[in-house]
Amino acid sequence: MQKKPLFYERTGILAIAVLTLAMCGWANQAQTSSPTPAAASVTEVKIDNFTYGPAELTVPVGTTVTWTNHDDMPHTVTSEDKSFASKALDTDDTFTFTFTKPGTYNYFCTIHPKMTAKIVVR
Amino acid sequence: MGENSKKIIDINRNDDGVDRRGFLQCMAWAGTGALCVMHGGILKTYSLSEIAKGASRPAAGELSFVQISDSHMGFNKAANSDVAATLQAAIDKINALPQAPSFLLHTGDITHLAKPEQFDTVEKMLSAASAKQVFYVPGEHDVIGDNGKQFLERYGKGTKGDGWHSFEKGGVHFIGLVNVANLKAGGLGSLGNEQLEWLEDDVKHLSSSTPIVVFAHIPLWAVYPEWGWGTEDSAQALSYLKRFGSVSVLNGHIHQIMKKVEGNITFHTADSTAFPQPAPGSAPSPGPLVVPAEQLRSMLGLTSVQFVKGNQPLAITDSTLA
Repeated sequence: MQKKPLFYERTGILAIAVLTLAMCGWANQAQTSSPTPAAASVTEVKIDNFTYGPAELTVPVGTTVTWTNHDDMPHTVTSEDKSFASKALDTDDTFTFTFTKPGTYNYFCTIHPKMTAKIVVR
Repeated sequence: MGENSKKIIDINRNDDGVDRRGFLQCMAWAGTGALCVMHGGILKTYSLSEIAKGASRPAAGELSFVQISDSHMGFNKAANSDVAATLQAAIDKINALPQAPSFLLHTGDITHLAKPEQFDTVEKMLSAASAKQVFYVPGEHDVIGDNGKQFLERYGKGTKGDGWHSFEKGGVHFIGLVNVANLKAGGLGSLGNEQLEWLEDDVKHLSSSTPIVVFAHIPLWAVYPEWGWGTEDSAQALSYLKRFGSVSVLNGHIHQIMKKVEGNITFHTADSTAFPQPAPGSAPSPGPLVVPAEQLRSMLGLTSVQFVKGNQPLAITDSTLA
């Protein structure tokens, strides 16, 4: 009789651990800090110090990516194959794009072309 | 400062690439303008403060013009919340020159975001300068959004392609090049084949003794490619100018004064009238350098160039706004 609560306790901890791991895995894959699965399809790229972060991001089809410029200088988010192109993003401006087709999307800043990064859509 | 910057900035406590001692040295360096005299293809520089002390004195020229650059009209961040005021200070300096310059060269980034009102503001302000004629080449900020369409509508009359052009003044052949159009991912400034072919043809008829002044926004030498401070096909362009005895290349873009001599060619970058940028590699990125307000104007400037007919080809004088 005394062992039963302990068993529940163990399986409960195990279940929480598995759930936590699963969530972390998902969160990592989607590169988001949001703990809710519904928000995992929205992903952010930060522009800091003339750099896109992360430089490479893998997302599932249907993901909406939001870029935010944190620099004092304007930047653009322009794909090399012209599938998306932002206007010049001034400080704190954002640009969003929803990826509906799988593929590798290389993009850069047309003002500072040394700035390059990519989105991989699976 | 380029090669010395790594030695000067050796302690970085703020994670911004610049320690206090290095910063003060940069300030002293950037705030002190220089007079440059090119003699037989070699550029000699003299400190402006030495000129002020009477230690050296620039000769009066038969042709003088002023280079200003990187006005970034519309920029309003911490590095300079009033770029119109600092541009006005530059214009005041121009108007205070003992001899009115023949014309102005603006080497690009006239505006911050290529908005019509930003172009309008600069045009209106420069119309009050003692030199009435202004020659422009675009910076990458002037072609944002439309790849230079508006720039060409405003300043493209009589130019070719994206706005490249040449003209003669006082026996000097001036060439305005455009190296900010259609920039490729991961690349540097670019001139492109069409412009290179035009350049080769443009200088073909000139005698080798004709002094040449080339002006373009992004430096035509590799200042710091890691930050995009260079032009990928500039070597090709410069090869067409090798036979000339005196070639001076004036650029902007990097918001600081740098000079370099390579054979018959002297390279010169100008200060911005808006805000300074860090020395190559001295910061995590080339973003605007925030300096105390009272020191800002000592880091902004204009360049006055005097052409002297005879043995002294060009004298370049950098002046700060302080």
